[in-house]
Amino acid sequence: MKPISRRKALQIFGSVPAAAAAIVWTSTETEAAQAQAQAARRQAVERGSPFKPKFFTRHEYATVVVLADLIIPRDERSGSASDAGVPEFMDFMMIDEPVRQTAMRGGLAFIDHLCDARFDKLFIECTDAERRQVLDDLAYPGKVDPAFAHGAVFFGSFRDLTASGFWTSKMGIEDLQYLGNRPLAEWKGCPSEALEHLGVKYEGE
Amino acid sequence: MQIIREPKIYDVCIVGSGAGGGMAAKVLTEAGAEVALLEAGAMWDTEKDSKMFAWPYDSPRRGAATPERPFGEFDGCIGGWDIDGEPYTNAPGTTFDWFRARMLGGRTNHWGRISLRFGPDDFKRRSIDGLGDDWPIAYNDLKPYYDKLDQLVGIFGSIENLPNEPDGIFLPPPKPRCYELLVKQACDRLAITCIPSRLSILTRPLNGRHACHYCGECGRGCKIHANFSSPSVLLPPALRTGRLRIITNAMAREVTTNENGLATGISYVNTQDKREYHVRARIVVLAASACESARLLLNSKSSRFPNGLANASGTVGRYLTDSTGLTVRGYIPKMSNGVPHNEDGVGGMHLYMPWWLDNKKLDFPRGYHVELGGGRRGIPSFPFMSHIERYNGVGGYGKTLKSDYRRFWGSVLSFSGRGEMVANDDCYCEIDPGVVDKYGIPVLRFHWKWSDYEIKQAKHMQDTFRGIIHELGGTPLEAMQSQDEFYGLLNGGRIIHEVGTTRMGDDPKTSVVNKNCQAHEAKNLFIADGGPFVSNADKNVTWTILALAMRTSEYIAQERNRLSI
Repeated sequence: MKPISRRKALQIFGSVPAAAAAIVWTSTETEAAQAQAQAARRQAVERGSPFKPKFFTRHEYATVVVLADLIIPRDERSGSASDAGVPEFMDFMMIDEPVRQTAMRGGLAFIDHLCDARFDKLFIECTDAERRQVLDDLAYPGKVDPAFAHGAVFFGSFRDLTASGFWTSKMGIEDLQYLGNRPLAEWKGCPSEALEHLGVKYEGE
Repeated sequence: MQIIREPKIYDVCIVGSGAGGGMAAKVLTEAGAEVALLEAGAMWDTEKDSKMFAWPYDSPRRGAATPERPFGEFDGCIGGWDIDGEPYTNAPGTTFDWFRARMLGGRTNHWGRISLRFGPDDFKRRSIDGLGDDWPIAYNDLKPYYDKLDQLVGIFGSIENLPNEPDGIFLPPPKPRCYELLVKQACDRLAITCIPSRLSILTRPLNGRHACHYCGECGRGCKIHANFSSPSVLLPPALRTGRLRIITNAMAREVTTNENGLATGISYVNTQDKREYHVRARIVVLAASACESARLLLNSKSSRFPNGLANASGTVGRYLTDSTGLTVRGYIPKMSNGVPHNEDGVGGMHLYMPWWLDNKKLDFPRGYHVELGGGRRGIPSFPFMSHIERYNGVGGYGKTLKSDYRRFWGSVLSFSGRGEMVANDDCYCEIDPGVVDKYGIPVLRFHWKWSDYEIKQAKHMQDTFRGIIHELGGTPLEAMQSQDEFYGLLNGGRIIHEVGTTRMGDDPKTSVVNKNCQAHEAKNLFIADGGPFVSNADKNVTWTILALAMRTSEYIAQERNRLSI
């Protein structure tokens, strides 16, 4: 049987400063939590003012940041989900559309529960390889083991929300090379490369 | 509580500032009438209030819907199917969703500007298939008004000479988007008519209004008035006469009448101070929307009119129809990895499919048209590409997923059917015996039932749209709904084309108004919204509401000059 300390820690971490929560944590967990907290503080400083989630607990928010960045990481063309402000967007949407709250909270807890059972760690304490092992079980709807069905449903909707947050950011819209939402003096139709791509042409041209 | 009565007696009091009310205000003020126009919602100035050119990241909500704006927070229409404090009810076992706008211009702030004339057959369906009823007027009675409307408001389109899709006086249509050409190719192979759409958006300057700048966001309200809405096109000339008084935040309660059974004005609740006011007028024009006008009449009860005003026939609220509607989306692999370019165009499709088949050879009696959407048209907004596994076949996460979003964005097409239902005895609205809104006004209770005609038509839409998607080499994003789910037919009211509740006819026993939209029972009471429609063609109703309202208003002006009313 697992000690209750982890679940207790999860609750405490959600409501009190990390330093106070450390009393019931193992040294590895403390280090991971402190590293996470430092990273968050560093990001907050870089952005000018610390973001204080209105819906997520601190632990949930840290989980959201890691999870969203696993879904949409930085690559050669643009930054990551958290670079584009996706976690802040998600926090806003939880308040704006409260119907989403329980599924989000429960889904994050479900992910922690999976990691707990498998690695005896919370999701944010897991190594990158361990996190990916969990996501591999959830992220491919056609191949999900029924035992992970609830996690997969949560992951699917979390992925949708991550995508909505990322691709509607300035960074995301530029990455997509969306070129509209601007006034044109004249509508000339589509350029020839676009027509050729589809194998179509304008009548008489 | 004391009712506040203004001393002035107006020539005309109009209820509603949308298509019908705006047109009545324009025609009647220009004919010399002093007009009071009541609007339940607030003032709206699109030049100031429109969110044209906003980006999703300008808001923490990224364009998502809000309770006041179900089509997204940047949308130009305040209202929705659920309005706080203004309920309606459904009879047990039935569902009808009632959309209302609450703002100057009403629902002309919400629509695709799809402006289709009803055709000659659409006025005489009973003569053709024995179902429903014929109108007491024919296409030729309305044609001159459609013509004037085209020139007044502006509409683009192409001359096609199709028998039941009358051509108008058109501005040039915009060139199709590239994927629309792809759809046309497929339609040509499938023998489905696919032609330039007919939208009331200016592709050339007209009557002092600018031409479109192709930002594709008509739905947000156009700051340069390049598309049609009542406040952009109809109310300014009415205001310039100096004879129009617009009273906003005025929720009409009832039409008042005198001992002769004539309308004397409108009593309304000011939604801000909650007090009751009375506007007196020699003529009353209801243009509050088909169901709202029916509600007003049903709530205008007196000892002389125990069933409500203009309702001796018992037909007020009856013959309620909406367009049938469903959408099928398909992923089209050929469109993935698209060439980046600006596909916005006008705020709607550049091509569409009018009804192309003969119902005599089909197992359902009425047709539908097809609206086309997709591609890289429109600003990426919330929600964005939900269920990525429907595109890439797997789902996933990480860099591969990120590049999949790029690759597949813009590779979806949507086909939306908008069809004609046949009025039936099970679809109507009445006053709920126990429920009032927050102003104390009794609310509507809806009854709704699709017949086999609509359900079979929905199946045909599904098969057709999936056929086009397959012809394009694509895959539908969702499986077809079952017969028990009416093949995905949306609830009545979802297409927001409800009409018929105060239908016109020559016989006062079976209709509410005559062919001039004048109440059989009260000669100074007229209806200028979709209520008088005898049938609901497979065409968006606004253009016909506008043409009818123009005709009705000219009739009012003419009869007023002859002192017959």
